[in-house]
Amino acid sequence: MSLHVQDLSFGARLKHRARVVAESFKRNPTMLFGVAVLLLMAGLAFLAPWLGLPDPMQQSPRDRLQSPSPEALFGTDMYGRDLFSRVLHGGQVSLVVGLTVAAMATIFGLAIGLVSGFVRRVDAVIMRLMDALMSIPSILLAIALVALWGSSVPNVILALTIPEIPRVVRLVRSVVLMLRDQLYVQAAIACGTSTPRILIRHILPNTIPPLIVQATYICAQAVIFEAYLSFVGAGTPPEIPSWGNIMAEGRMFFFQSVGIILYPGAFLALTVFAINTFGDGLRDSLDPRMQRRV
Amino acid sequence: MYAYIIRRLVATIPIMAIVAVFVFMLLHLSPGDPAAIIAGDFATEEQILKIREQLGLNDPLYIQFGSWLINLLQGDMGQSIYSGLPVTKLIGQRLEPTLMLTLCTMLIAITMAIPLGVIAAWKVGTWIDRAVMTLAVFGFSVPVFVIGYLLILGGSRTLGWFPVQGYTSILESVPGFLSHITLPALTLGAVYMALIARMTRATMLEVLNEDYVRTAYAKGLATRKVLVKHALKNAMVPISTTIGLGVALLIGGVVVTESVFAIPGLGRLTVDAVLRTDYPVIQGVILVFSFTYVLLNLLIDLSYVLFDPRIRY
Repeated sequence: MSLHVQDLSFGARLKHRARVVAESFKRNPTMLFGVAVLLLMAGLAFLAPWLGLPDPMQQSPRDRLQSPSPEALFGTDMYGRDLFSRVLHGGQVSLVVGLTVAAMATIFGLAIGLVSGFVRRVDAVIMRLMDALMSIPSILLAIALVALWGSSVPNVILALTIPEIPRVVRLVRSVVLMLRDQLYVQAAIACGTSTPRILIRHILPNTIPPLIVQATYICAQAVIFEAYLSFVGAGTPPEIPSWGNIMAEGRMFFFQSVGIILYPGAFLALTVFAINTFGDGLRDSLDPRMQRRV
Repeated sequence: MYAYIIRRLVATIPIMAIVAVFVFMLLHLSPGDPAAIIAGDFATEEQILKIREQLGLNDPLYIQFGSWLINLLQGDMGQSIYSGLPVTKLIGQRLEPTLMLTLCTMLIAITMAIPLGVIAAWKVGTWIDRAVMTLAVFGFSVPVFVIGYLLILGGSRTLGWFPVQGYTSILESVPGFLSHITLPALTLGAVYMALIARMTRATMLEVLNEDYVRTAYAKGLATRKVLVKHALKNAMVPISTTIGLGVALLIGGVVVTESVFAIPGLGRLTVDAVLRTDYPVIQGVILVFSFTYVLLNLLIDLSYVLFDPRIRY
């Protein structure tokens, strides 16, 4: 009889996770599609300055609102700026906002959620604050914050991060509450392990899979919300092209040239779709318990 | 039951109080002089002084908050800096279009999304299921205003069935109201519909695996009856929770949709207030939307009794 001892070292677990993800790529071709589209979008957006395109800010009033042509693939906007170049460059802001908001909301939410779930004394206070924050519709809160702070990319990022934090806190807290009564955590407490060590070493690793999934959804939503903010005039300032403000500026000219909204809109929709597909795939492979939920 | 309702209502008071403190503090947590922020970049020293006086910004913070709260409890949200009109009056004037738009959207979205979700779950794995889910993902991925412009392009410009923009009150003309509200409601409803359809499908899939559903089939009940009476009724609790929480999406969408369709509602008021940094109006709109959202979700919590007699309060 052979005794199978599972290798529980961090490296081995990492390898296992990586294998799970790799397998899910095989089983789930749409996830592969999501990643491919994302990489393509990121490549187009961040390599745009080196693609030999016209300057996205270069105005040329004589060529305003041109239809698509070999020189200007998507045509031009109301100031005669090259729409293709603007849409590619605009991807930079949208992707940076999406990724940064997802990362920041996750980090802050994780820290607050761990403490709230494990330290009973502060839990009630933190959760009431989070409940209140969650009862303000997130886009309204973000609009108000940018209106007061002024339009800039860092302000947009911060304004979109704050409303997302409570949702992450709730998720992390629910995992912590579930784990706190597990035997291995009780054993760690009985051994006299310090609270920070229990949180970081024993509890935190279990919150990572659902958090990664949540982060993809936050990222997708932030990309859309950046566009909303720009659309209502409380977003990315006009001197930096973003998918949101290209559409916002072009709305008056929609009937003369529908591409001014449809091209950036299509890029944005495709990106959000890709992030969501990627998130769905990750969820199925990383978090089997969540598989049957929405 | 009544004791529970009262307990829940009382429990919302601290939450609303924190929301009020938070909304009040927004201005003071912003970097720089609040009066200068509100006055804008081109204000003279005099205008800034006037705003500081008008908003009572010279008083200590706790006195400012105290008088603001007392006024709020009496239904006074202060005056608009731009027009000088009371905020409650401005909100009152704009309430009807937003309320009607939201109600129509919810009506359309719920009556379309729940059947779609049920059918997708019933025909799981078939092309119908995939079509419904693809539509749902589409609804999640396309920004509200892009859907709005697409609908204007198709419904107004190409087909000529609907007016491009504007709003007619239902009290003035019912056909006018319907033709004006259809496109905005469909626009606003897309995300909401996607959310509800996905949730309905997921919950139905779980419920359809239960023993009592198999029993219902075994005793020869018609599929329709099993789906609606046995499965859907049991799935309604998580679905109605989603309907309630999704209202936050609707509120965000209202702001954008009203801009696209030039509807003179609360969303339009918000956008105008943001462009003019009309802070009392922004404050008022956030408070009204947040309180409505909290109360609506409380109502939905209480409505679970209707779907599930096992739940007793």
